[in-house]
Amino acid sequence: MDWKRFSFIFLIIIILFSVVVLIGQVKSSPIVIITSMLATTIAVATPLTLGALAGVFSERAGIVNIGIEGMMLSSAFFGWLGAIYMFHVFEYSIGISITMGVVFAILAGMAMGLLLAVLSITYKVDQIIGGTVINILAVGLTGFLNRQMFFGRGSVFEGNVPNSPGVLPTIHIPLTEIFSPLCNSADCILVVTSINKVFDQKPVAIAAILLVFVSHYILFNTRWGLRTRAVGEHPKAADTVGINVIKMRYANVIIGGAFAGLAGAYFTIESVPSFEPLLTNGRGFISLAAMIFGNWTPIGAWTAALVFGASQALNINIQIFRDVIPPQLAFLQQSYIVGLIPYILTMVILTGIIGRTTPPAADGIPYEK
Amino acid sequence: MQVDTTSDAPSKGFLRSALDSMLIPFLAILTAIIFGGIIILSVGGNPILAYYGLIQGSFGSAKALSETAVWATPFIFAGLAVALAFKGGLFNIGAEGQLALGATFTALIGYALPEWLGSDIPAIVHLPLAIILGMTTGAIWAAIVGFLKAYTGGHEVINTIMMNYIALNTISFLLNGPMKDRNPNNVIARTPLIADSARMPEIFEGFRIHWGFILALFVAFFIWWLLNKTTLGFEIRTVGANPDAAKYAGMNVKRIIIITMALSGMLAGMAGSLEVTGLNYRHELGFSIGYGFDAIAIALLGKSHPLGVVLASILFAAMRNGATRMQFLTQLPVDLISMLQALILLFVAADAIIRYLYRIKAKGERLVLTRGWGG
Repeated sequence: MDWKRFSFIFLIIIILFSVVVLIGQVKSSPIVIITSMLATTIAVATPLTLGALAGVFSERAGIVNIGIEGMMLSSAFFGWLGAIYMFHVFEYSIGISITMGVVFAILAGMAMGLLLAVLSITYKVDQIIGGTVINILAVGLTGFLNRQMFFGRGSVFEGNVPNSPGVLPTIHIPLTEIFSPLCNSADCILVVTSINKVFDQKPVAIAAILLVFVSHYILFNTRWGLRTRAVGEHPKAADTVGINVIKMRYANVIIGGAFAGLAGAYFTIESVPSFEPLLTNGRGFISLAAMIFGNWTPIGAWTAALVFGASQALNINIQIFRDVIPPQLAFLQQSYIVGLIPYILTMVILTGIIGRTTPPAADGIPYEK
Repeated sequence: MQVDTTSDAPSKGFLRSALDSMLIPFLAILTAIIFGGIIILSVGGNPILAYYGLIQGSFGSAKALSETAVWATPFIFAGLAVALAFKGGLFNIGAEGQLALGATFTALIGYALPEWLGSDIPAIVHLPLAIILGMTTGAIWAAIVGFLKAYTGGHEVINTIMMNYIALNTISFLLNGPMKDRNPNNVIARTPLIADSARMPEIFEGFRIHWGFILALFVAFFIWWLLNKTTLGFEIRTVGANPDAAKYAGMNVKRIIIITMALSGMLAGMAGSLEVTGLNYRHELGFSIGYGFDAIAIALLGKSHPLGVVLASILFAAMRNGATRMQFLTQLPVDLISMLQALILLFVAADAIIRYLYRIKAKGERLVLTRGWGG
């Protein structure tokens, strides 16, 4: 990431935040708006961050992964289904059911990763086609099972879709409790409680941020990371020095699948306790754009994911201030129009006018000994 | 995408090469049917009855045949759109958005033009105008992506997907707002019905099959002619096979990329136009969902050959159309069809699996059509 892209990201986020602050200031104070925007940004950037990490691992090893969308969709479904089965059929407690749901989601993501690996590494299918197969398969599979498991003949639930055991709880970081005694004014307490909201995130969101830094460390400071990058840049050379190219590629695509799986868990186990067909709504593809904009680095991809998060946060937060939007900005009331921001941003970023990016040299090329 | 270059070899004779290139898709379908049967068995269904229902529902009566043709019409156009782009080395995932936008603007011309002019318009003007506007919308929508690809290197896969979401959001806005059917009983996001003068005449009374199907067959032939018998087609294929070689041969690669995308989008837009003028007489939100992916599957199954696309479209149409009958007979959800189609696509894309299963040797050199992110 160079300064140009970082400042672009910074600029866009500031613009998006300013719009909401300027419009909403008649109703609530800027600090409340900014912290609420920040909290939403981090939360909604979670699947994008994880999706981008999925892409980073698989593409650093030389496998183009446009199947992230499908991996997310199927893991969202299987995580949700797993949680429901654990809760209603095997009658585990809510906590265990939800946790196992996350595990199922990750496993489903890994299974899809394995499929992509088999297609693109062993059978040397064109990797973009392979990813498309994953995406189409995920739509078909989740659509079919969603109907069959609940409404199909012989299904346990016989047409009554049961409630999901719930969503992961928010982890409260007691900043308010620690700092509010130091305050001597109501404003100060307002600031502290507002800032606290930014840090009160759910487990997957927190894990996503930690994983960004863990991934960065793994990719750039460990032997595993060096080998991963080697097979993605120059597999022949890697092979010559005794690195098992096929094994490294398989492992990294499956690791990528696990990240996408966790992103899937965000949708149905962390965000809302329900599944609907096509719920990922293109976020796997936006993750890819974040990965490209982040130049195939975890931290770069994360900051790019935050831009998309911020534009989604604008769309969510602006709805609170619907009634005070000035008439000349009436288009902001249209969530369909504001919803275009991430997509247009993606296309602008891909033009490369904010700095060109370089994919790993062997990305997309099957390895032949 | 990988294509057998041998299938283009002139010495082998048309029939032999056609049979050769149909072998893998045929075996892929067969394998998917077997796998699908296993899935049906595993959820406690009867595969024989299910497949019988599919065939009966899609080919079993005049009405079924007509409905299959109705389904096949947009599939042929959208499949050709993706196939044409493949030939030019481009992957158009955005057929869905191009189709939906084409349909929206065709509907707009269809219902609003007489209001704007304050008088009726003769069908001979109104109908072509509506279709041409839909085609143009699709073409422009895709050409934007072609332009970005040619001049900035922005990858068409992501850009067509983004254009899809932009199109769908815009259409949601239009159909819920300015273009919404003002009928007081209407709660659905849809346009008003188009004027009679913008509707295509029926072919047979009482059947929904419309001239769009016949047109689709003509267009398929036209695309084959364009690709194989014209300079432009040669240029498209050369850029698709090897852009560097095309450049050294003096072709304007950037221009060809934009033209290829525009033609591709035009075909997808036409699919939308004909759905409006021939079948639904309006555009409704959500009707186009899934066409883009189906189109990719169809283009791959048809090996990007116009004839292959027509056959694959009819197959996919038959499955969609027969699904209701299958559900009636077996209580299996219609979504089973999406599974089956995904399996077919899987086996077509990974033809190495099929070659391994049926012990077929790979022949000839292989040609790589999409190339990663392209740097």
